[in-house]
Amino acid sequence: MAAPLRKDDAREAATEARIAALGRPGGGFTAPARTDALARLTAMGLPTRRDEYWRWTDPAAFNAPEPAGGAALRVDKPIFEGRDKVRLVFVDGVFDAAASDNPALAGVEIERLAVADRADIHWAKALYGVLEAEGQAPVARPFAALNTAAATDGLLIRVTGRAAKPLHISYRQGSERSDAVLHHVVRLEPGAELTVLETGTAGARSNLVMEVDLGEGARFHHLRPQGRALDRAMITHLFARVAEGALLKSFTLTANGKLTRNEAVIRIVGDGAVAHVAGAALGDGADGPFLHDDTIFVTHAGVGCESRQVFKKVLKHGARGIFQGKILVRPGAQKTDGYQISQSLLLDDDSQFLAKPELEIYADDVKCSHGSTTGAIDETALFYLRSRGVPRAEATALLVLSFVADAIAEIEDADLASDIVARIEDWLALRQG
Amino acid sequence: MLEIRNLQVRLEDEGKEILKGVDLTVEPGRVHAIMGPNGSGKSTLSYVLSGRDGYEVTGGTAVLDGHDLLEMEPEERAAAGLFLAFQYPVEIPGVGNMTFLRTALNAQRKARGEAEISAGDFLKLVREKARALKIDAEMLKRPVNVGFSGGEKKRNEILQMAVLEPSMCILDETDSGLDVDAMRLVADGVNALRSEGRGFLVITHYQRLLDHIRPDVVHIMADGRIVKTGGPELALEVEQNGYADILAEVR
Ligand SMILES: Nc1ncnc2c1ncn2[C@@H]1O[C@H](COP(=O)(O)OP(=O)(O)OP(=O)(O)O)[C@@H](O)[C@H]1O
Ligand SMILES: [Mg+2]
Repeated sequence: MAAPLRKDDAREAATEARIAALGRPGGGFTAPARTDALARLTAMGLPTRRDEYWRWTDPAAFNAPEPAGGAALRVDKPIFEGRDKVRLVFVDGVFDAAASDNPALAGVEIERLAVADRADIHWAKALYGVLEAEGQAPVARPFAALNTAAATDGLLIRVTGRAAKPLHISYRQGSERSDAVLHHVVRLEPGAELTVLETGTAGARSNLVMEVDLGEGARFHHLRPQGRALDRAMITHLFARVAEGALLKSFTLTANGKLTRNEAVIRIVGDGAVAHVAGAALGDGADGPFLHDDTIFVTHAGVGCESRQVFKKVLKHGARGIFQGKILVRPGAQKTDGYQISQSLLLDDDSQFLAKPELEIYADDVKCSHGSTTGAIDETALFYLRSRGVPRAEATALLVLSFVADAIAEIEDADLASDIVARIEDWLALRQG
Repeated sequence: MLEIRNLQVRLEDEGKEILKGVDLTVEPGRVHAIMGPNGSGKSTLSYVLSGRDGYEVTGGTAVLDGHDLLEMEPEERAAAGLFLAFQYPVEIPGVGNMTFLRTALNAQRKARGEAEISAGDFLKLVREKARALKIDAEMLKRPVNVGFSGGEKKRNEILQMAVLEPSMCILDETDSGLDVDAMRLVADGVNALRSEGRGFLVITHYQRLLDHIRPDVVHIMADGRIVKTGGPELALEVEQNGYADILAEVR
């Protein structure tokens, strides 16, 4: 059970007001999980900046009963456009059948939560809100509980074979006041393989949860170039359970966005499994406020498992970057290989990077390391490039690409990685003309 | 033509005077060598000419083909035809050698008002130049200088020079750390670029490089000045007797 946050009247009032404003969708198989989540949310209460886990990121925008609202991007150039994939579209959190592909992919069952939730019995019942609930200890994650209680839709994805192409969840923002709450459940049966692409701005405010359950030897790739609308506020949770010999690789690119909190809660429960979470965040305060927060919790409960956390942030003009990352090695999780690195490149003196790397280890035969650095552009490298005729701005852009390269290297598929690099170049304005 | 007149430079931070009035003219088509004891200011001269931060020019001029170098950004100097092969080439992880070269070449072309080179022509150009320097395709794919041996880094500098085709090439100890064969390759690379319109300033400690790249003029730099200028025989004299005699003679 989650440790309750510190009790106080203001928190209780805020939590009550938030819950009162929530819709109560879903009356089918998710009903018990939703009731349970609501009770948990009530018990733990909404966070404030006085809570350790939220001391660097103000949760006010997520706490408010109504979203503050923000303009959508007028033109959001699509990514992964040339790649063969099955695309499913949500606009302001509402499924758009007309814009979506036929959800047919061999070896993959795809259903909408809002539709499937009319039934009382469903395979996803064993997972919906379950991985989320397990992820509430030892740290409370109130917005994930809120999501389980109030999600209006999402996808239920069950993979029995090797998907021949990626599944693309494409979010779009249409309204300036949208408040999207979506919840996806992904189950990979033993040996199954799937790549999920998650792109775009889900709403002016959005709360996205993905629960991923990987069977033995399953392989799951997750690529998430997040929405570039400047005013959006977004909180995401990835809850994953990784069985013996399974592999999870999740990569997130965040360029722009007023407020982003990405939590990943990965539990490696089988032996010989691999979990990598990586991300690159690019923020320029000259475009508007930018705060990006990666909060990662990886638990090793299997023997001989490998985990990697590789997070890079490029910040300028008052942009802020947060990293809270933990590796927990449970008793008996021998031969664990855990690695964590968080780095920021500050392009000026205004920007700020705060990091809290943590290791907690209860096994004696493990190899775990973590590091965190903050640095500026390397003047020697900059001069080298300029001496070859590359102008300062372009040289700086190349050095930014150089800086994020380690995170990009976590993407296995070369084509998808090159799409991500192209988007970074786009942000760096390298691709103009 | 590179014309340096009474160039005086001090370190921005410490105010220490490094160059105390350097005079030097490199005519097109000619190869000048600079030798001189450690710390005499050879690298400083090459950095100041190419526009590195941290130096304050307190007097004198440096003009390349009519361009006042000291007023230009480093990238403008490069586009005007200046090239420095670094004594210590810089590693840039995550940026491919080819990307780096293409970005540099196109940036220079753009600055000169020329069209960008097509991907196909670029590939052909680099492959051809790389072959002559025995730089294999695998090395071209790797990030700039990352994991290159000392000799590979120096050959990579010469490759950049060959691709960018500058009019004034400064080589700062490109021979140091090279084995005999690599030295030959580098010298051949330089010799292949020798042409009527192109000048060279070769900084070196050793006669050996000058056996391969026959200089027209040899200068001795000491304590921030050119103290003696002569023909190729001056390099032999240094090789045999060191600097003591020359320095004693000029004092
Ligand atoms: N950035 C700097 N900070 C401090 N001292 C410097 C700096 N750059 C140059 N110097 C000093 O200036 C003097 C000249 O250095 P420079 O590197 O130009 O010599 P050099 O002739 O190239 O020597 P070498 O033959 O060893 O390469 C030296 O005393 C050196 O210590
Ligand atoms: Mg030197």
